[in-house]
Amino acid sequence: MPILEIKNLEVRFPMRGGELIAIRDISFSIDRGERLGIVGESGAGKSVAAFAILRLIGRPGYISGGQILFEGNDLARLSPEQLRQFRGNQITMIFQDPMMTLNPVLTIGTQMIECLQTHRGMGRKQARKVAVEKLRRVAIPSPEARIDQYPHELSGGMRQRVVIAIALLTDPAIIIADEPTTALDVTIQAEIMELLLALCETHQVALILITHDLGVVSEITQRAIVMYAGRIVEEGPTRDIIERARHPYTHGLIDALPERTHPGQRLNQIPGSMPSLVDIPPGCAFHPRCEHVTDLCQTRVPGYTLLDHARVACHWVAAQEQS
Amino acid sequence: MIAFFIRRIGQAMIVMFVISLIAFSIQDNLGDPLRELVGQSVSEAERQVLRDEMGLNDPFLVQYWRFLKRAVKGDLGNSYFFKRPALEVILEKLPATVELVMGATLIILLFSIPIGVYCAINPRSWLTKLMMGTSIIGISIPVFLTAILLIYLFSIELGWFPSFGRGETTVLFGGWHTGLLTRDGLMHLILPSIALSSIMLPLFIRLIRSEMMEVLEQEYIRFAWAKGLTRKRIWFLHALKNTLLPVITVGGVQIGTMIAYTILTETVFQWPGMGFLFLEAVNRVDTPLIIAYLIVVGLIFVITNTLVDLIYGLVNPTVKLTGGAA
Amino acid sequence: MIRHWRLFVDSTFLYRFRRDKVAIASFSLLLLMVLLSFSSPLIAPFDPYDPAQIDIMDSDMPPAWQAEGEPRFPLGTDAQGRDMLSTILYGTRISITIGLFAVLLQSILGISLGLIAGYFGGRIDAFLMRLADIQLSFSTLMVAIIVLAIFQASFGTELYNELAIFMLILVIGIAEWPQYARTVRASVLAEKKKEYVDAVRVIGLGSGQIMFRHILPNTLSPILVISTVQVANAIMSEAALSFLGLGMPVNKPSLGSLINSGFEYILSGSWWITAFPALVLVLLVLVINLLGDWLRDVLNPKLYKD
Repeated sequence: MPILEIKNLEVRFPMRGGELIAIRDISFSIDRGERLGIVGESGAGKSVAAFAILRLIGRPGYISGGQILFEGNDLARLSPEQLRQFRGNQITMIFQDPMMTLNPVLTIGTQMIECLQTHRGMGRKQARKVAVEKLRRVAIPSPEARIDQYPHELSGGMRQRVVIAIALLTDPAIIIADEPTTALDVTIQAEIMELLLALCETHQVALILITHDLGVVSEITQRAIVMYAGRIVEEGPTRDIIERARHPYTHGLIDALPERTHPGQRLNQIPGSMPSLVDIPPGCAFHPRCEHVTDLCQTRVPGYTLLDHARVACHWVAAQEQS
Repeated sequence: MIAFFIRRIGQAMIVMFVISLIAFSIQDNLGDPLRELVGQSVSEAERQVLRDEMGLNDPFLVQYWRFLKRAVKGDLGNSYFFKRPALEVILEKLPATVELVMGATLIILLFSIPIGVYCAINPRSWLTKLMMGTSIIGISIPVFLTAILLIYLFSIELGWFPSFGRGETTVLFGGWHTGLLTRDGLMHLILPSIALSSIMLPLFIRLIRSEMMEVLEQEYIRFAWAKGLTRKRIWFLHALKNTLLPVITVGGVQIGTMIAYTILTETVFQWPGMGFLFLEAVNRVDTPLIIAYLIVVGLIFVITNTLVDLIYGLVNPTVKLTGGAA
Repeated sequence: MIRHWRLFVDSTFLYRFRRDKVAIASFSLLLLMVLLSFSSPLIAPFDPYDPAQIDIMDSDMPPAWQAEGEPRFPLGTDAQGRDMLSTILYGTRISITIGLFAVLLQSILGISLGLIAGYFGGRIDAFLMRLADIQLSFSTLMVAIIVLAIFQASFGTELYNELAIFMLILVIGIAEWPQYARTVRASVLAEKKKEYVDAVRVIGLGSGQIMFRHILPNTLSPILVISTVQVANAIMSEAALSFLGLGMPVNKPSLGSLINSGFEYILSGSWWITAFPALVLVLLVLVINLLGDWLRDVLNPKLYKD
């Protein structure tokens, strides 16, 4: 029984002279305590999909179709006040850049305590205790002192720890993490990722991890989704995707990993670049860059071919499976 | 904190020094103290003797030093017209101007923040469009015209408010004449206060709106939404605090303009304040009074500016008062 | 670079302009006012500067549509018997002239100092920006009132009246340079980081050439936006100064001095001496402000901010 189920989600942005479809036909689900990765290049729509779950897409974007079922509630249809009960409570988020995420003029404590006051109805003192406790969980030294500091007094890594602590405050069922380490120093990235993994495991929290880094996905997640030009092109167990990718695009991504290249050799690249959402090619959006392209690919959008624990949107894979 | 304070005081001293230098050169070029003392009927030779005696032939710096020493003691010479110490004359008019500025500031604070915030969070509402339309008309009408318009409408046509003067005043301790304690005084204060705030108010509404709209686009506001906080808390704590910080700075910059507008407002309403007195002094070429005005206004300006900076430093956690402000 | 920029601006510019009724109306009205006022010697029924055409017997007449009005004076006459319509036309010309020249002076000063500060940086930059801060906080109107008051007191009214127009341009022009300097400096700092400036330097062009041929064109849109608002501000400042009797004299009035001379008679019921010039002044400033707002929305330049 999945805890969160997304069905046919579509997000549009009205533009001058028409609407732009940022993501279309996005369906996936996540079980209690499961860790799911969403991978793709920038512009693939993975962040839009992540933010759409809590209806936090920036203006003028809006959800134009689909359902977001969390424990039987369709988040896409709740009133703003009802939705607010879920945000930061059962579903929390970790943003990309910790330098921008925390309010610069409020203390860490204020920004933590307010969550507990809002969602748990706690008094200040009790909330503060819980906040200090969570700061300790994310390995912030001397949390009793840090809690009264302002964000600018903390380093980037420390700030992201604070953001993670905020995400854990209300013991959520799901944490959505949008590229939680890309803005950080390379040396700290692994530390933060490990912390996040450990916390999710001990607290039995489901994690939706948005990243462009396949390496991170393979270390952290159990299942992965690959997105291209606003659609899901492949989904399956992370191990399978890394070792036996079926979609030519996923193949290309994995081949491009530096580990897949021998020293001295040039990095493998997928030729071309991802189309902008304004002019997505007809048929399969990946066809101009695909080595297995056929006539069918240029005219018809591929449906999903279901495999054992996976699905792939590719005519070429479908043809292989049939034969 | 102390270092910041000292640095700020140092800057204030420099500005005051420049003002005193300007004031002195005005005195040097404009006023002929001799003529004021003895009139035209004295021969050239006698004049020279008198000039020497009074030290008017001394080098510039010596004279300036003498001027400065007297100025610090509060002696800025006697007003030609009033035949009394210029500083005394000016300070008598200070309460009227201060109360007028207070009235206008109250109007600005009371209206600009709620209206600016409303317009920022409801950018598409018809009320916002109306407010923004009105505000651009507001900043396009000069202060003196608003003042005239108010007099014409509310004094001449409707007769609701008096058209000039301060009305009845009462004396507080320390000889401060206040118009705030009588009904008549307050009635007299209303139109001038509105006139004085008439450009600043729409200016601040527009400023607060655009600052707040920018803040609302920030990532930390999105994060606050993601935390499931109430709208009230996001708008009035998370966003407003960040909005008001730059507004404080602009407020500091506007102090000078506000003082300039008092001259206009006081002229139209014949408000017996410093600005009205200054303009009269200019027309009468009453040099000591002009200088006294310059120095008093300079002091007020420097003090309020320093205060605004200090408040900004105290409110904004990212400014470290110990070191230099970033 | 210039041509590319032009092409870009021209296209979206015209497109957005044609779709915006407020912008079209403001621009047409401004154009009308400029044209009418600058052709005032040709179209005005009287010459308000010519004492021979003024008859004190005609003084204080209400507009033509009122019972005591005369068709000779469509908007009535002032206390000296001057035709209001003609005086307003001439006065508007003076107000616009002062506004334009003051802004021209501001922009020349401000742009040069801003370019210097931004391009050379270091101590020059720190000094100029500190100066700009202080200058701004003093407020143009305050500085102008004091400076003009002192000049008037030391020149004597008669000589001052002769020089008033130049003094106004000078004072308003000099006092507002920081607006430009800060914005231009900010744009220069931003442009300096871009690669093409390095590229140009590698080619071996001098700093002067780089500034004026390459950086300046890229700072045009913020300058355009500021200039619009600044013209409105300059006209407002001029009006305020003239109203206080520190600007244009009564015999060569701008809109501000017209309002000033009319204000004395408003209590006795001669509203038209104040009302018509006031209306023209407000309309003039309003349409310029509206155009400025529109330009800001369309060009969306990065203006200076703390």
